[in-house]
Amino acid sequence: MSVSFRAKPSLVAYLTCGDPDLSTSREVALAAIEAGAEVLELGVPFSDPVADGPVIQRASERALRNHVSLEDVLKLAAEIRSESDAGQIIFTYLNPIMRMGVEKFAAAAANAGVDGALVTDLPVEEAGEYLKHMRKHDLATVFLAAPTSTDERLKRICEVSTGFVYAVSRTGVTGARKDLADDAQKLVQRIRKFTKLPIVVGFGISQPEHFAAVGKFADGAAVGTAIVHTIEQNPGKEAQAVAELIAQVVGRRSSAVSP
Amino acid sequence: MATVSITKRHPAKVHGSRVSRTAKPGAPRLVATPGRFGPWGGRYVPETLMAACEELEREYEKAKRDPRFKARLAELLKSFAGRPTPLFYARRLTKKLGGAKIYLKREDLLHTGAHKINNCLGQALLVERMGKHRVVAETGAGQHGVATATVCALFGFECVVYMGTEDMRRQELNVFRMRLLGAEVRGVDSGSRTLKDAINEAMRDWVTNVRTTHYLLGSVLGAHPYPTMVRDFHRVIGQEARKQVVQAEGKLPTAVIACVGGGSNAIGIFHDFIGDKKVQLIGVEAGGRSEKLGDHAARFQGGLPGVLQGTYSYVLQDEAGQIASTHSVSAGLDYPSIGPEHAWLADQKRAEYVSASDAEALDACKMLARLEGIIPALESSHAVAEVIKRSPKMKKSDVVIVNISGRGDKDIGILRENLQLD
Repeated sequence: MSVSFRAKPSLVAYLTCGDPDLSTSREVALAAIEAGAEVLELGVPFSDPVADGPVIQRASERALRNHVSLEDVLKLAAEIRSESDAGQIIFTYLNPIMRMGVEKFAAAAANAGVDGALVTDLPVEEAGEYLKHMRKHDLATVFLAAPTSTDERLKRICEVSTGFVYAVSRTGVTGARKDLADDAQKLVQRIRKFTKLPIVVGFGISQPEHFAAVGKFADGAAVGTAIVHTIEQNPGKEAQAVAELIAQVVGRRSSAVSP
Repeated sequence: MATVSITKRHPAKVHGSRVSRTAKPGAPRLVATPGRFGPWGGRYVPETLMAACEELEREYEKAKRDPRFKARLAELLKSFAGRPTPLFYARRLTKKLGGAKIYLKREDLLHTGAHKINNCLGQALLVERMGKHRVVAETGAGQHGVATATVCALFGFECVVYMGTEDMRRQELNVFRMRLLGAEVRGVDSGSRTLKDAINEAMRDWVTNVRTTHYLLGSVLGAHPYPTMVRDFHRVIGQEARKQVVQAEGKLPTAVIACVGGGSNAIGIFHDFIGDKKVQLIGVEAGGRSEKLGDHAARFQGGLPGVLQGTYSYVLQDEAGQIASTHSVSAGLDYPSIGPEHAWLADQKRAEYVSASDAEALDACKMLARLEGIIPALESSHAVAEVIKRSPKMKKSDVVIVNISGRGDKDIGILRENLQLD
């Protein structure tokens, strides 16, 4: 199966699974797709999320109070798959995969119907075993590319990435920011030299203006912290609130672009 | 409320776009990250930090071969930190235990009160070489934070130290010392509010400010080159101890004992004895208050292979791969993972790892205070506890070195809460 990102940009929606509980995550995911998200990043809660800012840290802590595991997230992915064909990427730190076993993880992910994974703290140098098992199950291996990555590293990242390349818009942990650094566009141009894969820009996108701006130079824009924050702020009506947020972020673009 | 069913409403599934995942043929062969001790170690960090780790590795490799760097470091260790530290024969402790002859390596006499300054001076010189001006660090017991604040004052760097709020409570004197030295101490309220959480926060700061900021990691943990580099800066402990014991006794010791949190003082004193197969190397972990997960920090007695904060080693964790909480009376030993070189030494059976409980460490602290006039840090007291157990079973001709990695002044509050003095 090979479907490219349709919209320009496509909205990639991140959520920490199990925050506040798994059935809410399922509703939020489906509502996000309904509102215009083309790809879901299903975040696996981790006790020590070094690459995440306070909003996603708190979401992880809430999910871990219910002992939500990688296995639970894969079950959730299968449930979402039974209702939608939207792309699904497992977004995780390495240790939960190591504990499950890379081989078992790849098989379980394929079985759940997910499209691929992004492992935050797994650099390309270390990915040999992981790539082997992911390839065997025809799963996409998405890697991060950062403004601080050298051209040599970007080349290596592009060589082993499938699905898309995730461009970190600026240095820092996840978190909504008021303005997007020029870093993002420059980075996308640098990555473009090495790959024809879609490029998704993430880390800090929360406003329709960001989304429209990213659309000028990238294929997708990931919205994470803004969604997780919305979930935190709207207990009992999480799905509806996230749907409204996504419609708003995407909407400005469609009204500006439509004739 | 009925759930939205995408499939029903949109039979064509237009709102979803599967991700293309076709692998390109002839994918390159990957080289594992450097900095391995057997299978352990490596460099598991988000991509944003890879360039900074590579830069640090390059700079350190260059500095290592630069005679001026070596000379400046040696001079600072001598005139600022107070090296060499003595190797002291503990006559009354030896007599009381009735076994091996016990020597104490007095890292507690160093400036700032612990071995941590060795590494901080080395890294400060690297920060200067890299042209950075801002330093972040984590601290558990506060000893590394104080040493970092000290070198930042000495070199004129801006300094931010992250410290769990639980540790700030346990080590309030050190918090004040850091502030007095001009550092900003930022409390960390997430997770267990201890060392591991302070490292998370320091890493987040580093990720954000990587272009101007150096992360002055305080133990043989984290991504390459830290475990190797920090070890090298502490090797001076073992180099001195080896010379001193040979001079005093005309032979190598039977055993060398050190406490192990991340493992920096232990690897420092062990390293120059690794080639001497007859010298037993003994690391002492925090046995805490019980053997239950969450009640101790004995990684070799409950840990499983895993990746935490950049390195592959033994990690205390649950079956889902979530990092376990830990406990120790000493704030410097309650880390859920252990330096990767220790994992390798344990696998090779070159070093042996045991544990001492909170109560044993407290008793050992009191015993050393009363028999030798030395109040060891609660971390180092774990090593003393092991020699108390082991020495009576040894021969009088045996010689043991115990690394007193730090002094106990910072622990007076906890000691007062926990010790009944008669």
